Amino acid sequence: MRDLIWAIPLFPLLGFVINGLVYLATHRTKGHAHAHGSGYGTDAHTAATAPDTAHDTGHDPGHHDIPLKGLHTAVGVGSVAIACILAFGAIFDIGLKAFAEGASHSITLWRWIPLGVNQAVGQIPGHVGEWFVDVTLRIDSLSALMLAFVTFVGFLIHLYSAGYMGHEVGYGRFYAYLNLFMFAMLVLVLGGNFLMLFVGWEGVGLCSYLLIGYYYEKNYAADAGKKAFVVNRIGDFGFILGIFGVFALFGSLDFQKVFGMAAAHPEAYTPYLTLVCLLLFVGACGKSAQFPLYVWLPDAMAGPTPVSALIHAATMVTAGVYMVARCNVFFRLAPNAMIIVAVIGAFTALFAASIGVAQNDIKKVLAYSTVSQLGYMFLACGVGAFAEGMFHVTTHAFFKACLFLGAGSVIHAMGGEQDIRRMGGLAKKIPKTYWTFFIATLTISGVPFLAAFFSKDAIKAAVFHAEFHAIPWLPRVLYAVALFTAGLTAFYMFRLLTLTFWGPFRGTKHQEEHVHESPSTMTVPLMVLAFLSIVSGYVGVPIIEHGDRIGEFLQPIRLPIAGLPEQVHHAPLSVELALMAAAVAVASIGIYLAWSWYHRGEGRVPARLAAEWPGVYRAVTNKYFVDEAYDRVFVQGLALGGGTFLWEVDATVVDLIPNGAAAVTKGLSWIAAFFDQYVVDGIVNGIADLLQALYQLFRRAQTGRVQNYALVMGGGLFCLVAVYLLFR
Amino acid sequence: MTITINHYLIVSFLLFSIGFLGVLVRRNFLTILMSIELMLNAVNLNLIAFSRRLSDLTGQVFSVFVITIAAGEAAIGLALTISFFRQRKTLNVEEARTMKG
Repeated sequence: MRDLIWAIPLFPLLGFVINGLVYLATHRTKGHAHAHGSGYGTDAHTAATAPDTAHDTGHDPGHHDIPLKGLHTAVGVGSVAIACILAFGAIFDIGLKAFAEGASHSITLWRWIPLGVNQAVGQIPGHVGEWFVDVTLRIDSLSALMLAFVTFVGFLIHLYSAGYMGHEVGYGRFYAYLNLFMFAMLVLVLGGNFLMLFVGWEGVGLCSYLLIGYYYEKNYAADAGKKAFVVNRIGDFGFILGIFGVFALFGSLDFQKVFGMAAAHPEAYTPYLTLVCLLLFVGACGKSAQFPLYVWLPDAMAGPTPVSALIHAATMVTAGVYMVARCNVFFRLAPNAMIIVAVIGAFTALFAASIGVAQNDIKKVLAYSTVSQLGYMFLACGVGAFAEGMFHVTTHAFFKACLFLGAGSVIHAMGGEQDIRRMGGLAKKIPKTYWTFFIATLTISGVPFLAAFFSKDAIKAAVFHAEFHAIPWLPRVLYAVALFTAGLTAFYMFRLLTLTFWGPFRGTKHQEEHVHESPSTMTVPLMVLAFLSIVSGYVGVPIIEHGDRIGEFLQPIRLPIAGLPEQVHHAPLSVELALMAAAVAVASIGIYLAWSWYHRGEGRVPARLAAEWPGVYRAVTNKYFVDEAYDRVFVQGLALGGGTFLWEVDATVVDLIPNGAAAVTKGLSWIAAFFDQYVVDGIVNGIADLLQALYQLFRRAQTGRVQNYALVMGGGLFCLVAVYLLFR
Repeated sequence: MTITINHYLIVSFLLFSIGFLGVLVRRNFLTILMSIELMLNAVNLNLIAFSRRLSDLTGQVFSVFVITIAAGEAAIGLALTISFFRQRKTLNVEEARTMKG
């Protein structure tokens, strides 16, 4: 099985090709150029609601006849199912124990870019030999972990989509894109070198764009897609510069080789690694929606909800964390870059959580929650707790996918409604969705003995014990931020739960009558994910002996660096327990406040707070005006203002050359014209005038009378003869 | 009174002058033509007189040439006269002024 890892990405790719071709064929032959726009359920709902809320699901009572729907479903879900089976086969073929002991398996499919012999054999040791990039697929413990949850969650979401997207005309297109995404994500995870990683990285970015803009007839969806693409492009620019840096430093892009070299000769590379790490982190910021570049993720909710669950919560956005964890050798050698990673992570976690508190769109709350949780993961990576970060990536994939799919189910039940102010009381009407959503909410809030309790606790403990030599007090601040954010998370998640499922129904009569539980293709994935959100934390139980299985599993990734002793901190049990107690207490406060303010108090307290601090409330609900600031600074300022500036430069400085040349030419031509007019023309006209004057004189001789001429002739003859005779 | 060359020259001179005067002052095309004939014949008389005086036949040969040319001249002159008359319905040379500058 381990030699079949090349087939894992292949099947989704085949699925993409088949689905895409079938979709094209069925939509060409019918001559429906505008088949998607013609009518699906969403149009009716969206037309009636505010334009800024993204409504994606459609379930029009009038069913559309989707050509070859069964084939699309079979190919789309089946290909991912096969990939999932192959992935687990490969993982168990090598064996979990073997992975924990450092086993890895890589296959090189073909030589991709042969670059010839390295000429610059230089000061840096090991910088010798041939330069090349191969198409290499590699599976080790880190990619095995990613592979497992990417294929499994991917499979569940593909299954869910069969129910959720069942009435969409673009059904085949949706599955084609989703399969392409799975292919790209698997290439990203399995890639054995930076360039393969980059191929997958760009592939998932493309699919993200395609799927956010799935409802491409709607402006907000098309704009959101473009925004995601452009913002990711900024990150990818940094990332590719980082890759160039790695290649320049090591002369190779192969993970094993590069990290081995860095770990063996840290002194040779350390001076350059801070820059490389920061560039790589810029890429991670773009893909994983960290502070300056997070703006695309909330807007990405314009895509269908399964897409939000799969791409913008569970898998793609964790690619940045995966990449940083993969490059942990570099980051550990660049402590200053680590500080930046940790600070940005912590800030993003707090910042996004505070925005999530005041959002009213169910998917927007979850989107900000995702940004916040990603911040947690980067915080973990920043303090050197890469395994803990990946642990949270894994648990987050389950509970966040569950939350998003639950939200999709709610939206489905509400007929496209996404505003939680118009929901309420759904617990009894859609119980399966409610219970799964409830479990996932408990998990994310950090309720003890559920998955995120362990993963978040692991991160917080790591932050608490972290040591930054440059800024000794920083870990305490970061810990406080992390703890406070955990409370905020519990608060906004329970606010969401309360407003959605508890209390009286606040929607329209029509909506109330039509609320219905989703089909089993949607609820079964929800239950599986809810179950995983409960149990997945037990791979990383702290305190007890060998409880931290995931840490041990990922230990081989953390190559020992020569001359850099590993800091092993075994905190006393009492400290561990105190940290846990603090986390539980903060989460409880958050939950209690949400419950008492929004359920018991029916929103009076928040309303009063909003009234007392209108400035703060306005800032939070408007996401701190970051989008507006970006619009002002980058779109208006740089693009338009810069455009004007460049125009001015062009008009004044650059045009000086042609304008100057023109002025000189003009002057010269004036002189030439003057010369021409007065000198040349003067001569010509002067001659003409002279001749005219002479003509006026001589024309009198030309009488036209022959006899006159004869007289003159005679006279002339007489004169000549007279002169001859006289002066002989 | 012996007739000498001087007499011939005087006659010739008078004839030429009358012819020239006719060319200058007459208006009629035909009269001018006839005046030209007079001038030619005055020249002929001159040539023959000197031929006799100098005992050289060259002068007489020349006068024969002149008579021949005069015949051609008369023919062309008459043709011009007819053509002129056809255009202007008159023979007055005052009318022929299109070459006036």
